[in-house]
Amino acid sequence: MTNHTYTVVAESGIHARPATGLVQTASKFVSDIFMEYKGKRVNLKSILGVMSLGVGQGGSISIFAEGTDQQEALEAIESFLKSEGII
Amino acid sequence: MTENLKGIAASSGIAIGKAFLMIEPDLTVTYGTVSNIEEEITRFHEAVDAAKLELQMIRDRAEVDLGSENAAIFDAHLLVLSDPELIGTVEGRINDEAVNAETALQETADTLIVMFEQLDNEYMRERAADIRDVTKRVIARLLGVEVPNIGLIDEEVIIISKDLAPSDTAQLNRAFAKGFTTDMGGRTSHSAIMARSLEIPAVVGTKNATAAIKQGDLIVVDGDNGEVLINPPNEVIESYVEKISEQEAEKRELSLLKNKQTITLDGIHVEVAANIGTPKDVESVLENGGEGVGLYRTEFLYMERDVLPTEEEQFQAYKQVLEQMGDKPVVVVHWILEETSNFHI
Repeated sequence: MTNHTYTVVAESGIHARPATGLVQTASKFVSDIFMEYKGKRVNLKSILGVMSLGVGQGGSISIFAEGTDQQEALEAIESFLKSEGII
Repeated sequence: MTENLKGIAASSGIAIGKAFLMIEPDLTVTYGTVSNIEEEITRFHEAVDAAKLELQMIRDRAEVDLGSENAAIFDAHLLVLSDPELIGTVEGRINDEAVNAETALQETADTLIVMFEQLDNEYMRERAADIRDVTKRVIARLLGVEVPNIGLIDEEVIIISKDLAPSDTAQLNRAFAKGFTTDMGGRTSHSAIMARSLEIPAVVGTKNATAAIKQGDLIVVDGDNGEVLINPPNEVIESYVEKISEQEAEKRELSLLKNKQTITLDGIHVEVAANIGTPKDVESVLENGGEGVGLYRTEFLYMERDVLPTEEEQFQAYKQVLEQMGDKPVVVVHWILEETSNFHI
């Protein structure tokens, strides 16, 4: 299990468009991947889960990955979040 | 049998074609239990896969016709249908409660919809509508009923509906929608305005078009006289075909006058200007040789939305028209919102 914590800087937080990309990115990996926000943990491969968190600007999110490709998964997710200006 | 409907002539011209009824079918779910759970889960997966395939087609069509920005909403819908939490919960319900797939899905979706509607972020609350939309698609498959989809029409048709929502008209393909008729509406309703700007013949406010017309009926929409003919005899159709070619000939002749100087016999210039409602209308003003805009009605900025337009949006809407019109005059009628305007904002 590996994890990373980030602070969301994007003005509108994680809304539908980045949430869509985030789930698409996570779904490429076989590892179990989760996101935690305000003590609530959701499956990062679930669009409804991600959107239900309603992550806003300034929020602290943690990404957890566990599985054979956990390292690659975390890296891909981090680079996606950066490219979208979320973190 | 010939039957005529009388309505309001909303957009001129004549269209002949097969009826395409846009009626929302009854998607009421009946609670039921199943004996073969495995079979029911398979049935659920088949319905989800079929709905995904349909959404993918709509998405691809939307990307071509409306651009990738507008197609993005369907990407989110597709992800909802692949959502492991949603699929897993429905499977779990079928498994644990031995209920039919439609009951399991409806109950799961209802819980999610309530959850999203309670979020304190307006944007997230609107996602409840996405879940509803996606669920409807799968439930229709499970119930074996067809949901008409305006975005998937691929033959020439006359659209028949109660009313046309902005999201329907946004998906309307001009190449296939030859004309339309609605039960509701008047000359100034959204659907009528849309028909005129798309130059599609339309008759609105027929009251009972959706009840009187059956899928596949041969329909004549006479947008000049506000008449809708259902399965008229051949000779009547022929006379309308003739009218259409006459109108087209007249249109061709008139188009020769485009961009010609408008001067009376005694040499006085008369300005020919057009009235517009949105920046999109400018294109046809210029195409048809308009010398200016006589009225730019700006209340359209406030319509079909539930939040006020930002200052920037308004600025862009004015700027776009003025830039495209170049040196030609534009008269802007500034909006006035009154209680009697029946705006809900």
